[in-house]
Amino acid sequence: MNKGLKDSTREADYRSSGKGKLEKGEKMKFPYSQKVLEHFKNPHNVGKIENPDGKGLEGSPACGDMVAVYIKVNPDTRVIEDVKFESYGCASNIATASIITDLALGKTLDEAKKITWKQAAEELGGLPPIKAHCSVLAVEGLRAAIKDYEEKHGLITEKEPTTEEVVKKRLKHVMNPLTGLDIIRTNLILKTSVEDGVVRVVVDLPANHQFAPAIKEDIAEKLGSLWDVERVDVVFTA
Amino acid sequence: MIYLDNAASTRLDEQVLEAMKPYFFDTYAVATSEFGYSMGIDAKEALERSRESIALKLDANSEEVIFTSGSTESSNTALKGVAWAFKEKKGKHIIVSKIEDFPVLNTAKALEREGFSATFLDVDAEGFVDLEGLRNAITKETVLVSIQQGNQEIGTVQDLKAISEICEEKDVLLHTDATHSFTRLPLSMKELPVDLITMSAHTIHGPRGVGALYIRKDTPITKFMDGGFQEFNLRAGVEDIPSAVGFAKAVELVTEEENGRLKAMRDRVIDKALSGIPDVTLNGSREKRLPQNANLTFHYVEGESVTLHMDMRGFAVSTGSACFSRSLEASHVIRGIGGDHERAHGSVRFTFGRYNRMEDADAAIEAMSEIVARLREISPLARK
Repeated sequence: MNKGLKDSTREADYRSSGKGKLEKGEKMKFPYSQKVLEHFKNPHNVGKIENPDGKGLEGSPACGDMVAVYIKVNPDTRVIEDVKFESYGCASNIATASIITDLALGKTLDEAKKITWKQAAEELGGLPPIKAHCSVLAVEGLRAAIKDYEEKHGLITEKEPTTEEVVKKRLKHVMNPLTGLDIIRTNLILKTSVEDGVVRVVVDLPANHQFAPAIKEDIAEKLGSLWDVERVDVVFTA
Repeated sequence: MIYLDNAASTRLDEQVLEAMKPYFFDTYAVATSEFGYSMGIDAKEALERSRESIALKLDANSEEVIFTSGSTESSNTALKGVAWAFKEKKGKHIIVSKIEDFPVLNTAKALEREGFSATFLDVDAEGFVDLEGLRNAITKETVLVSIQQGNQEIGTVQDLKAISEICEEKDVLLHTDATHSFTRLPLSMKELPVDLITMSAHTIHGPRGVGALYIRKDTPITKFMDGGFQEFNLRAGVEDIPSAVGFAKAVELVTEEENGRLKAMRDRVIDKALSGIPDVTLNGSREKRLPQNANLTFHYVEGESVTLHMDMRGFAVSTGSACFSRSLEASHVIRGIGGDHERAHGSVRFTFGRYNRMEDADAAIEAMSEIVARLREISPLARK
């Protein structure tokens, strides 16, 4: 007896009944809001701008997500006239990049800089906390693009010397992939010091940990670009 | 919903449910000894018949099979049971492969915390255990080797024959986790000197919460949970007779014809993905792989985005991406075969079962083709 075939027919009935398909207005089974899903399905401002005025590329090698943000800026008014993004990331990452570029379009650089992850999350009707690190990347991407523009156009006048405070602030952008929160908040950093252009960071993880190389790379990348930093030493506890 | 996640769990077969029903409503007594009352004797007979069916599938004796609550318990019993039985007598070293599923992997880690030492064997790019590495890893202290038959994620099927020969030669016990291969691949105790085998019902359209452990006669094993004397005094607790009957029925229902159908769907997905979608890598071996498993990395896209898009189109598939997992850790299997985060990030697993048809395989790959193209449109990594 070919039981498999008989049950396949039953399955076909189940399928054609429309069960399991998302109807309009039906409550989502996902942890994402309707708005997140809309932006995920049909993201706004997708693509690349050729010869952008500013470009930001943010990625977390540990998590793997990556986002690129491109801006066109009016040189007189400093208004963002065009903004596009590319994402190699999960749903939260794509949806946040979509909403953040919506929010930035038509704003001045100073206004756009102030757009926060919290604002983006609110606009999206909430994001799962565990996915925060994926979506924060989009906000950082926009800020990086603005900074890129400012650096290219000599808009950064004051060069702040790198202190432990600056280091800590930067490390807040490095995610602890074990928790999805940053490495400062999750107490993964035991000690930091800055001396003669050398930054030393002690990470509370064994060197052979699955994420150690990725975290090391991430830390080096975040601190290495500081103007007065010559070397970054990342030290593991075991 | 087109369900292509049959490695995670499967839809119960109605015939299994029908076989189980009498043991809920008619013959619901515990299994008694032959001196008990008749309902208990009937229950006991049903339990023993089920045990025999499973033993028969392995070419083993009934007394060598115990029922458990599933793969996790079976593997815990095998690893801890053997380790504890041997620790004073032989040594405190066990060997497992790096890409074992969590019941074996984490039991090995738990034994490490208890003072045992564990070797986590490397595998090659297709997931095969390095046989020379295994031979060299076995010491006088080694009490058990645990290497799965077929991998839960990438489907690679190990050369159990060669592995068992090495273990026999070195006089070390061998456990294999056959959760994903039992009934899908040949596994005969007449041909293979394997000592312990983990099996589960939920991967073959049987009930969840029941599994079995094959323990070759005279294998030293210490009881894992304290309690009554059930299951040859190896597994305490009132026997779950309906589940045992369901498991046996599920085993009986798997046919070679069905395994052939699964294999055809698997091959359809692999062939179409590799030939029709650019930048796709097969994870695992092309030839030596579980008949129900296809696992591919679609480069430049992220797995959770893919599975969400697939879900919105009515397909259930799984991914090794960190973003998808509860632990936010990328698949240890993909990393074990030397894959980087990127490879795990875009990996998608399709696993087939009794209720899938070839049209499902075709529809899934068609949907994948569109979804991957769309996500690559917006990916900064994709070549455009």
